[in-house]
Amino acid sequence: MPEQSTLVDIKGLQTYFHLAEGTVRAVDGVDLQIERQRTLGIVGESGCGKSIMSLSMLRLVPPPGKIEEGEILYYKTVKQENGNPSPNLADVINITSLDSNSPVLHDIRGNQISMVFQEPMTAMSPVLTIGKQITEVIEQHQHVSKAEARRQAIEMLGRVKMSRPERVIDDYPFQLSGGMRQRAVIAMALCCRPHLLIADEPTTALDVTTEAQILDLMRNLQAEFGMAILYITHNLGVIAEMAEEVAVMYLGKIVEQTSVKNIFFTPLHPYTRGLLQSIPQLSDAVARHDSKRRLQTIKGMVPDPYARLKGCPFHPRCPEMIADVCDQVEPKVTTPEPDHLVRCHLYS
Amino acid sequence: MSDQASQEVPLLEVTELKKYFPIKRGFLKRTVGYVKAVDNLSLFVNERETLGLVGESGCGKTTAGRSILRAIEPTSGKVMFNDPIMGRVNVADLDDQQLRNVRRSMRMIFQDPYASLNPRMTIMEIVGAPLSAMHIAHGKALEDRIAEILLMVGLRPEYMRRYPHAFSGGQRQRIGLARALAPNPKFLVCDEPVSALDVSVQAQILNLLQDLQADLGLTYLFVAHDLSVVAHICDRVAVMYVGKMVELAPTKELFTSPMHPYTEALMSAIPRPDPRPREKRVLLSGEVANPADPPSGCYFHPRCIFAKDICKNEEPVFEEVTPGHYCKCHRARELSLAGAIELMK
Repeated sequence: MPEQSTLVDIKGLQTYFHLAEGTVRAVDGVDLQIERQRTLGIVGESGCGKSIMSLSMLRLVPPPGKIEEGEILYYKTVKQENGNPSPNLADVINITSLDSNSPVLHDIRGNQISMVFQEPMTAMSPVLTIGKQITEVIEQHQHVSKAEARRQAIEMLGRVKMSRPERVIDDYPFQLSGGMRQRAVIAMALCCRPHLLIADEPTTALDVTTEAQILDLMRNLQAEFGMAILYITHNLGVIAEMAEEVAVMYLGKIVEQTSVKNIFFTPLHPYTRGLLQSIPQLSDAVARHDSKRRLQTIKGMVPDPYARLKGCPFHPRCPEMIADVCDQVEPKVTTPEPDHLVRCHLYS
Repeated sequence: MSDQASQEVPLLEVTELKKYFPIKRGFLKRTVGYVKAVDNLSLFVNERETLGLVGESGCGKTTAGRSILRAIEPTSGKVMFNDPIMGRVNVADLDDQQLRNVRRSMRMIFQDPYASLNPRMTIMEIVGAPLSAMHIAHGKALEDRIAEILLMVGLRPEYMRRYPHAFSGGQRQRIGLARALAPNPKFLVCDEPVSALDVSVQAQILNLLQDLQADLGLTYLFVAHDLSVVAHICDRVAVMYVGKMVELAPTKELFTSPMHPYTEALMSAIPRPDPRPREKRVLLSGEVANPADPPSGCYFHPRCIFAKDICKNEEPVFEEVTPGHYCKCHRARELSLAGAIELMK
């Protein structure tokens, strides 16, 4: 039985896409727990299933995708007067079993669990003002007047450090820069003080100096609102800055999960190690020699999503593959160190 | 940098390059102002060297790369290039026929692997197009050459009859690279070639670019916003802000002893793959200046914590402060800025 500190408990999630060419097992058996007020980072490259997993949590998987198996349990608590969550459990909701029109699901989306997407321009409607889009969220979840909703929207824009919120509120997305649009999207996601914010690559499309500001903003707001963050990205630098706990995904499964310190200083899974070694570091420039050094790479490529490999899905690219084991038997999850999960035959 | 550099004439020498986009308003489309995308840019690249051009969105680095190749017409300026056939020419002045010739030697690779390949052409048609358009090869010779280039970029020649949709992002970048290398160029503008790729694929493509440079004697102008990538692959780095170059130095020197406050802020902003908390962080306030309506004096002054009155009133000169290290800042000689090592602590 998960402790009171658990906010979302994902058990054995399988989200598949049945296509004419075959079945893509986007999320293939994921167990994950998101703790209250903590930041969990999901790292993985294209096609690992991290985005589909987050969409599954809000039942937003686009057809022909479908949640085939598994449960997503949400431990709902009441909100206190200051908007922050109380520790008292109100309800346990099984998101996977809800009807798609269910008012319970409607209450969760944007209110209990919110999402910030990667491309700020496509996340917002180009034909509505910023203000209209934020107040729409407020009006959906709270019984307040239009004037009050507008006041809250302006306040939220101020909280996300938008310059001149009273003016921006009547602007259209195209009138704002990338950084400002991303702040507007964050304001939209946070206006109802959700208990969990899912951020799917929110800063990838932004310049580095704007990214630094947005990351700083998210950390401050998290402390202020007492919310949990699920931060999804392929950028290991951002993970180091934002996450307390990290899960690494490959081909629909979690292959390693532990504290952010362990991921960087004692990574266990060969894929995690390969990822860390292949990042160019600023320290390279400092230790520069005349002959250029090569980056370590993970050989090969992510396989065809329709391919069904026997054994461990990473084995063809693994520098430490054990013949007749890794290519035959799927590894199970083990805990070789305290609070450090890994899915690899080297540790079973 | 090699000692030969000072004796050689640079392969590419750009002098006071400008690209202004007119802003037209009203019924009669009168020109009311200019977006000064590239404003008086001067740089040089030696043979077999990689010069990095960094800056954020809207700084003009992509426009600069394209103006140098005349993919867009520069407003003014000189682009001197040592073409193997025509000798030293000003690319900005060439007529159509001469331009076609120089395009054998000056090529480009692009950022978006999904937008830069024609989805209705096979790989063979894509990579072969420059060769047939330039009448370099036909028929069997063409096919052989395509096979040769595909192998060089790490792709199997059997793939040449497939269409782009069959390939991943990393493979598509290799195809784009093959297309650029087909006519045996000397100079390549690499416009953010790895930004859209996953980390592990990025590493493969960066290694490939380095290997090809060594094997084929290529020279690169590497346009990017990711300083870690630039630190890895470039010999010298130029930093741009709102159309102007603000600093230029050999890579190691730029990262250990930057002179311009903007450079320091850029380095500080990079998320570092190290979870230990950092002591010193430079967080810039405000937004990047508008190239259609830039601030007075030094464009960076409104965001600069070191700004003085002179910075607001007078545009600084881009000058050589120490040998090989150029900076456009009134206070370059006074400030002591944190380099990458200090920022990493």
